[in-house]
This record gives sequence, structure tokens and C-alpha cells, in this order.
Amino acid sequence: MLKYLAKRLGRSFITLLIILTIVFVLMRQMPIEGYFPNYDKMTKEQIQNGLEIMGMDKPMPVQVLNFLRDLFFKGDLGTSRLYRNNVPVTEVLAPKLPVSIKLGSLALIVALLVGIPMGTLMAKYKGKLFDHIGTGFIVFIQAVPAAVYYLFIQLYGTELLGIKLIFDINDWRSWILPVFSMSLGNIAYYAMWLRRYMVDESNKDYVQLAKIKGVSKNKIMFQHVFRNAFVPMAQYIPTSFLNTVVGSIYIESLYSIPGMGGLLVDVVKKQDNNMVQGIVLVFACVGVVGLIFGDLLMVLLDPRISFASKGGSR
Amino acid sequence: MGLIKHPKLEQIEQDCTRNLKAALGDNEAFSFAQFNEQEVERTGFSDYSYWGSTLRAFCKNKVALFLVFVVLAILCFTFIQPYLPGQFDAFVVNNNPDTGIPLRNQQPDSVHWLGTNSIGQDLWSRLWQGTRTSLLIGIAVAGIEALVGISIGVLWGYVRKLDFVFTELYNILDNIPSTIVLILVSYILKPGVSTIIIAMSLTGWIGMARFIRNQIIIIRDREYNLASRCLGTPVYRIILRNLLPYLVSVVMLRMALSIPAAIGSEVFLTYIGLGLPATIPSLGNLINEGRTLMMSPNLRYQLIYPTIILSIVTISFYVVGNAFSDAADPKNHR
Repeated sequence: MLKYLAKRLGRSFITLLIILTIVFVLMRQMPIEGYFPNYDKMTKEQIQNGLEIMGMDKPMPVQVLNFLRDLFFKGDLGTSRLYRNNVPVTEVLAPKLPVSIKLGSLALIVALLVGIPMGTLMAKYKGKLFDHIGTGFIVFIQAVPAAVYYLFIQLYGTELLGIKLIFDINDWRSWILPVFSMSLGNIAYYAMWLRRYMVDESNKDYVQLAKIKGVSKNKIMFQHVFRNAFVPMAQYIPTSFLNTVVGSIYIESLYSIPGMGGLLVDVVKKQDNNMVQGIVLVFACVGVVGLIFGDLLMVLLDPRISFASKGGSR
Repeated sequence: MGLIKHPKLEQIEQDCTRNLKAALGDNEAFSFAQFNEQEVERTGFSDYSYWGSTLRAFCKNKVALFLVFVVLAILCFTFIQPYLPGQFDAFVVNNNPDTGIPLRNQQPDSVHWLGTNSIGQDLWSRLWQGTRTSLLIGIAVAGIEALVGISIGVLWGYVRKLDFVFTELYNILDNIPSTIVLILVSYILKPGVSTIIIAMSLTGWIGMARFIRNQIIIIRDREYNLASRCLGTPVYRIILRNLLPYLVSVVMLRMALSIPAAIGSEVFLTYIGLGLPATIPSLGNLINEGRTLMMSPNLRYQLIYPTIILSIVTISFYVVGNAFSDAADPKNHR
């Protein structure tokens, strides 16, 4: 088990290195004009000077090695250049992360609290009215682009609650709509898959046996079917929790929430290389760690799954 | 180990024997079969055709059938609309004939059926032009995604030696922000419909490939494939004849879903400012234009009409895809 984890962490680390290197190289393919807001008016010396300050005058491999050396031996991600002039990347990200995490984890809790009972009930009343209503809801959320219903929630929700369109971090009421909008997608996702897994599970032989033995329907549903059906879902939860770090571009820009969402797009467009690298590092770590935790959670919930036999399959 | 026979079973067995004897006569029922060359060659005849049955099963779902007509009607109408009488050009700024001032933000009336936008272009024409662009993008991206995703997914899933390589490649590609790729592509190529199709396909196939890979892994070691391999069937034949037909229904579902997803991400790209230039109408552009005006309640029509069309199109594809995938599953052919 430990050996497996160590091996896996080692491999993830190499993956991270490759991702960072590729992003580093890709960002350097952007046109030079983009680095200087007033490129047309600058002399050649000024441009050369600017590139030197950014360390971009050296050959690519040297640049990459310098970057990785600074990152791993000094823990230095560099400073932001255009997004915030000469502020260290870590300092730019520090106040933004907690906001996104708070918003995202609230949304995830709502999604779990609503989505799981919804999926369970839909499976229990399969083919009945509740199932049809739930399916309609899922189809709507899955098919209609998020941009559209987010807008209408903001438009009519704020009117309904009588609050301002813009987010106010100290007013608890202004948290309601962003959290609600953010959780909708996950509610549909959890409900859809839990229903699917539970319906599949309840066609299995052991459920038939339990029925014949006279175990009550509720007990079968909640103690046996639910527990087994939840295992494949569990894998998704750590990832979706860690994904809250990333923030939601739509929601955060709709309500002007000072979080991480949209930051990446912003700094990529501004060609703020150090910022891009810092954010990509955070995102890639989140992705890799989320996958590992997902597998761990699955092992905890289902004693039949073991890492030893699974080794190397992922 | 002897089985204890239930008295009822014994009863049934005796009944069967008696009935058989009565039907066939004593000799026929209990004589050895003779070898007969013509009989050996005889096979059962079945008029089962896979696609025929799929179509028949699909037509039973009236809602899905109706939505197919809706999508087809919308698609046809986007092409016919400019040639209908009394239409405005989607790109021309309409001026007031008396004063010569552009008709900005005109409310819907009998001339401009859905009103005009903020610079005076006819919203009705723009809506249909935009729908055409968005549908084109959606179908093209879904098609390319399916082609590339299936080819790579099959290799990834079937060839064991490649699994490790592709899995690591996936981890890497999946973590490179698509924003960077999209921006780089739009620097290299001119912004336009084909650029956005290329950019979206560049990042979109990864999910499809992973999906196919997982499906292939589930079925690649089933007995019928082992048997095929033992009999020396070449790999390409196993893939084309054994694996892919098995996946028709799930692949169809996935493809049908990736059309609305592609339309949706075009809206998203426009939203973050990486979409089509504002001169080319698309559902993304129209919604984005409408969004900026939504604060004034009497201009909300500019947001609501594009979203209605968008919702109809995406929900139709979703429902049709689900219904078709159900119909394509031979278990449902009865």
C-alpha cells in the first residue's frame, strides 16, 4: 500500500514537471508584442532590455532550468508583471484562494445534500412521477449551457431577494445565489449517476435474495444498494472539492467575486508568464492530488478494492 | 451427488414425453438422427437487420421523433430564411427611412420581428444566421472529436503496451489549460469559424478518447474476443468487427451530447472573450451582446430569444441522443 502510494506520488511529480515545462514553453511562443502594452513606441534597446529583465533573452532550455531551479530550491514563483506590477505571484493568489474555496465548498455541500437524496429517491421511485421530474431537471441542466441559466438566476434571483447584483463578501444573503447556481451542475451530476448506479445495483442477485428473505424495502435500498452504489461516486468527491479551488469563471465574473475564477484566462491574455505558471501549478496539483484521494476514498468505503491488485492500472 | 426430484418436476417430464410421443410417433422421437448432407447446410433464416431494428425502436419514441423534426426544421430554416420575402440582411445596419438615424435597440414590431440590436441590425436575421453558425460549429467539432477520439481511444484501450504511454500523456494534456491552446491558435490563425473549430477540436478529443478507452477495457477480454484472438483474427478485424459495433450505442450517446456541449462551449469562449469576432453572428455572440444589455428590462428580448433557440437546440440533441442510444442497444430490439 505505502509502496504503491510512493510510486504513484513519484510518477505524479514527474507528470507535474512535464506539465509545467510544456506550459512554460507554450507561453514563450506568444508574440513579443503582447508583453509590452506600448510596443510600437519602444526602441529596440528598450525591448531587448525588457526581455532581459524577464529572462527571455536566454535560450529556451536555460530558461526552463532557471525556472525549475527557482521553484524547487527557493520556492519562488517569480513576480507578476502586468496583472499587478512586481507583486510576487504567491501574494496575488493568497487572498483569492480562500474566497473561491469557501464558495466552492459551500456549493459542494449543497450539491451533496440535495443531489444524493434526489438520486436515491429517483432510484427508489423509478418510473414514477418523481423520477420523471428529476430526469427533466437533469436533462435541462445538462443540455442548456450554464451561461444561460446562471444569467437568469442572477437576473430574477436578485430581484426576488431584493439584493444588489454585485457580490458583497460581508452580506450573507449575497452568498445564496452564487452558491445555488454553482451547485446546480453538481446536483444534476450526483443525482444522475447515483440513480444509474442504484438502478444497476438493485437488479443484482443479492438484492433479489434479500427481498425473498423478507428484508424491508427501505433497508435494502439504504443499507445495501445505496452503500454499494456510492462507491464509484466517491471517487469524484475529492476532485470536485479540490476543483473548488479553481473557482468558477462564470459565477465569479457575473457577481464580481474576488476569487480565482477567470484569473487564468485573464493572465494568459495579458501574457503574464509568471502568473500563468503559478496558477497552472496550483491547478495541476489539484488535479493530480484529487485523483489520488479519490482512489483512497474508494478503498476506505469498499474493503474489496485494494491497491495492490490495482497497481499500474491507472 | 444425486438430485432429489421434485414430484411436480417428474410429473412435467412424464407429460412431455407423452406429448412428444403422441406428436411424432414412437419411432421418430427415439431414433438416431441420420447424417444428411443437405440438412447439414441448412441454416435458420432471420430477417433481422441491425439498423432497421434500431430505426424501428427509435420511431417508437414519439417525443424523440418530434424533436428530430424540430432540429431538422431549424437547420433547414436557417438556410431558407435569407431567401424568404421581407427579410433584412443580417449584417446591414438599418436606418430610419425618414431621418436616416440607425434604428438602435428597436423593440420587436411588425417590420423587425425580433427588434434590432444595439447598432441597428435586424435581430431576427441575425438569430438564424447565428443558429446556423453555431450548429455548424457543433456538428463539425463533434464529428472531429468522434473521429480522432475513437481512433486514439481504441488504440489506447486495446494495445496494452500503449496504455502507460497514453495514460501519462492524458494526465499531461488534461492539465494544460485549454485557454493557452485557444489563444495560441487564434494568434497563429485568423479568427473565424474554422479557427474556432480547430481550436475546440484540439482540446476536445481528449475526453472522448478517455471515454472510449474505458469502454474498450471493459469489453476487450470478454470470452468472444478471447476466442477471436485464439482463432487468429487480425487486430484490425477484432477492433472493427468485435469491439466497435458493441460500442455503437454508447458512442452515439456521447456524440449526441458533444454537439450541445460544443455549442455551449462556443458560448463560453465568447463569454471569456476568445470566441468569434463580433461581426460573425453566432448564438454565443448574440447571447453575449444580450447579456450586456440585460440590466434594462425592456431590452431583455435581445437575450431571451437567442437563449430560447439555444435551449431548444441543445435539449433536442440531448433527448434525441439518449433515445437513439437506447434504440441502438440490441437488448432493446424486441
